[in-house]
Amino acid sequence: MTRKQTRLTIILMALAILGLAAGLVGYALRSQITFFYTPSDLIEKSVKPGTRIRLGGMVEKGSWAKQPDSVNVFVVTDTLKNITVTYKGVLPDLFREGQGVVTEGILVDGGDFTADTVLAKHDENYMPKEIADSLKAKGVKLGKGARQ
Amino acid sequence: MTVELGHFALILALAVSAFQFVVPLLGASRGDVGLMNAARSAAVAQFLLVSLAFASLIHAYVVSDFSVLNVAENSHSDKPLIYKIAGTWGNHEGSMVLWVFILSLFGAAVALFGNNLPLPLKARVLAVQASIGLAFLVFIEFASNPFIRLANPPINGNGLNPVLQDPALAFHPPFLYAGYVGLSISFSFAIAALLEGKVDAAWARWVRPWTLLSWAFLTIGISMGSWWAYYELGWGGFWFWDPVENASFMPWLIATALLHSAIVVERRDALKVWTILLSILAFSLSLMGTFLVRSGVLTSVHAFAVDPTRGLFILAILAIFIGGGLTLFAWRAPALKLGGLFAPISREGGLVMNNIFLCAAASSVFIGTLYPLALETLNGAKISVGPPYFNLTFGPIILPLLLLVPFGPMLTWKRADALAVMQRLWGAAALALLATILVYAFGHRGPWAAPLGMGLGVWLIIGSLADLANRTNLGRTSLRISFQRLVGLQRSIIGTVMSHAGVGLLVIGIVAASMWKEEQIVSLKPGGTVAVAGYTVTFLNEQPVQGPNYTGRSGTFKISQGDNEITTLVSEKRIFRPSGANTQVGLYQTLLGDLYIVMGDEGEGGSRVVRASFNPMVSWMWAGAFLMFAGGVMSLSDRRFRIGVPKRAVVAKPA
Repeated sequence: MTRKQTRLTIILMALAILGLAAGLVGYALRSQITFFYTPSDLIEKSVKPGTRIRLGGMVEKGSWAKQPDSVNVFVVTDTLKNITVTYKGVLPDLFREGQGVVTEGILVDGGDFTADTVLAKHDENYMPKEIADSLKAKGVKLGKGARQ
Repeated sequence: MTVELGHFALILALAVSAFQFVVPLLGASRGDVGLMNAARSAAVAQFLLVSLAFASLIHAYVVSDFSVLNVAENSHSDKPLIYKIAGTWGNHEGSMVLWVFILSLFGAAVALFGNNLPLPLKARVLAVQASIGLAFLVFIEFASNPFIRLANPPINGNGLNPVLQDPALAFHPPFLYAGYVGLSISFSFAIAALLEGKVDAAWARWVRPWTLLSWAFLTIGISMGSWWAYYELGWGGFWFWDPVENASFMPWLIATALLHSAIVVERRDALKVWTILLSILAFSLSLMGTFLVRSGVLTSVHAFAVDPTRGLFILAILAIFIGGGLTLFAWRAPALKLGGLFAPISREGGLVMNNIFLCAAASSVFIGTLYPLALETLNGAKISVGPPYFNLTFGPIILPLLLLVPFGPMLTWKRADALAVMQRLWGAAALALLATILVYAFGHRGPWAAPLGMGLGVWLIIGSLADLANRTNLGRTSLRISFQRLVGLQRSIIGTVMSHAGVGLLVIGIVAASMWKEEQIVSLKPGGTVAVAGYTVTFLNEQPVQGPNYTGRSGTFKISQGDNEITTLVSEKRIFRPSGANTQVGLYQTLLGDLYIVMGDEGEGGSRVVRASFNPMVSWMWAGAFLMFAGGVMSLSDRRFRIGVPKRAVVAKPA
């Protein structure tokens, strides 16, 4: 083979693989990303039940109830709207009432939320940026514990 | 006083690096030996000064000097000594000093041990190194100064986040940074080569050990981080495709590609332009990784808004080195002479495939990591790109590469006989198939992909060993002669086999742990039991514990299998002073899998939520990563790197 042919072969292979990669990325970006909502967003945008989403907000003070079989029920609030979240499992160490939380799961009929993941962040003052932003956008004053 | 001394040393280092940047370049362009030689002493001086600055900062942490803002914000007098020291780099400012320290250390190493480098090349390499050092020193001095004093020192500090108080994480940043910074040497060599307009086999022989070293450090650094996440975060996961993880994974992928393409330059004098580009990309991603993690660009775009100077500096550094490097590449690369010819099916061709797949994989990670940031900047939509995206994109891209790995080392240079290679690998293929069938028959649960994954792992391990068997004529001659041949093999060949087999162990571990995990979450009172994966876990009792800087509750669990008591595990919930909480996992590790016990929240009536999980074959992952690292070190000890290259002449060795 001449240099030209070799180069052509390699370029074609590279294009084929990169094309495949681009196709996968494009497909995955449309189907596999999770949108982030606050309780208000969730209610305003009338998200369909069964959709997989991330829900973020603060854990409403006094709302955390432990039920048998390590089922936790708590209310996630952005101080304007509330969503009741059910989660079976061990909550992260930094889970506190009155502090920020991000949960991932499925919206069920009736507006409640079943979470399969409750995110623990490394920083105990951490308030997820998304929440701080949307709370600020909605004019909610942030207290101590909300990081910039 | 020591802190002021350190600060002063840092400023001096800044001045020295400015000198080291300008003077040797001038010397190289004028052919002035004296000016070029200045680089050597400047690099050593810079190293000594930065060491002094770093040591003084560590000293401030060790003696808990809370009149230093950085110490007051990130340390606490109750912390054990090791975490006081590790706390030095557990924050943005301190980690930048660590970064520059390693940079100057490597620079000094090139200056002192690179005696066989042609003088102009050495001068240019050290000058480019100095320019990186200069940028970071300016950044530290003006936007991330750890030596700032407080007018009214607090009595005690804010402490280090308890999840960071862990041995694996104490040494994770130095290893990772050693990897990032090692790639700066490949970058400097690439830029110097572009300035000179000359890339040859000798050049590759200098670059390859540095790339190999960085790659080995990155491998061990990333695995330490993963190991830490596994047992410290308490959910038993080891890789989350978190932006912070991806930030270190992308340079690793590109460094792996660079490692392989540099072989082609060294042996066959081909792929030169491409290798230069990879060197620039690998270091660019390292820079991005450093800043993404430490400056919080990803977790919060607003980190820029909060501290605009810092954000601006970071953007400027990224723009200068990435933009500048790529511009120089576009301008000078066409001047490089093309190298040797090869057929598509050849060792060169195989290494090109390796590079294409690795780059495609790195791109998919890159897009997944930065897409949320881009989208939010563009239209404010908030999304998270998580494991489903990466499993769907990274998985299918990396899979063919893994299948091709055993073929690579068996292909001959220039033109290879694909059929002959397949003949040598049929045994490995048969064993892999057998493993797949056996796992399918006896695995009796879990997704269909699990047996295939096991088969892939076996294919990688046996396929890599087959190369060794082939080279030592195993089975075709007496064992004694085979052994003699094995001892006589180039270490880089043994290193390759080790690293490739390590990938196989890694694949087996990842597939088993993610597909066969068993988990029980129950509420237990003392005396209660839960069964998981054939083990019986009995919750014995709960006691208060008192540590150096924490108090907590500790739960003791008896582990038995049938009537045999195996061990006792302890899981603790700790509350730290001055702040923070953290769970210690009870871990029982075997080759078949880990029993992982977490004591959770208090339930009603003195019970505890207990999570008992069985994570199959996790140790295989750590073993695999370690084997990859060890393979890198083995290759590094190869004769041709140790004796170096006396002159800029190519001595072709039989492959």
